Amino acid sequence: MKFKVYKLFMNYEREEKWLNEMAAKGMHLVDFSFGRYVFEEGTPGEYIYRIELLENLPSSAESRAYIRWMEESGVDCVASYIRWVYFRKKASEGPFDLYSDIDSKISHYKKIAMFIGLIGGLNLAVALLNVFIGLSVGSGGYTYANIYISIVNWILVALLLPMFISHIRKIKTLEKEKLLFE
Amino acid sequence: MPPKDQNALTEGVYYILIALHTPLHGYGIMQFVKEVSDERVNLGPGTLYGAINTMLEKNWIVATATDADTRKKEYVITDVGREVVQTEMKRLEELLENGRKITGVESDEV
Repeated sequence: MKFKVYKLFMNYEREEKWLNEMAAKGMHLVDFSFGRYVFEEGTPGEYIYRIELLENLPSSAESRAYIRWMEESGVDCVASYIRWVYFRKKASEGPFDLYSDIDSKISHYKKIAMFIGLIGGLNLAVALLNVFIGLSVGSGGYTYANIYISIVNWILVALLLPMFISHIRKIKTLEKEKLLFE
Repeated sequence: MPPKDQNALTEGVYYILIALHTPLHGYGIMQFVKEVSDERVNLGPGTLYGAINTMLEKNWIVATATDADTRKKEYVITDVGREVVQTEMKRLEELLENGRKITGVESDEV
């Protein structure tokens, strides 16, 4: 039986954790589009889910080759959204991690940190611009509309910043590990 | 020819190169490495994908004809790749020998 859940995540790690908790209860993700998750009921714990950020859009030749590779390796791509993809693998085949050595983990986290940094930075720029416009327009006796608009961007910055920092920390920790281990 | 001062291989790359002494596709490599390392080394598909592409660029491995039944691409080690493995084995032997000599501990005592 299929059913839908509407939910919004800013943090892909929390999202991945939630998907795995759902899978443990026998609810397996089969489709996703913005805020809308489609689950199918099945055997509890049958699949392990992983979310990854691709370097290119899923429709590009590079990404198609990568997704085909995954499918040949026993990993299904259940959904994609912009550059994000949702992979799953049968839990019976053992642990499922996309990356198994320090170097590839570092480049995986760097890719995501850059993505978060770019979106966060853009929102920060828009937020500052709106505050600036709001202040200069408002001072003439008009409304401070732009300042109110900027709140949305400030919220996004506030949500993305901790994620950005946690990724930078992860990269730093792994780089330290690399001095001692492979 | 691999350079004399060849850097240490990652254990994943080392095992992939050993695996490819017989032609295998990606999934086959993962299974082989898992089996031969007694499930200790579990290659992530993302890591393996990156490693294979880099090794293809370096000509350590080549893609052979695609498997007719499964349509999966198979890879095999080249002469350059074999030399890389042999250089690495010499390096590992040196490490092990010096470790044994100095600590006086044989591997079966650990």
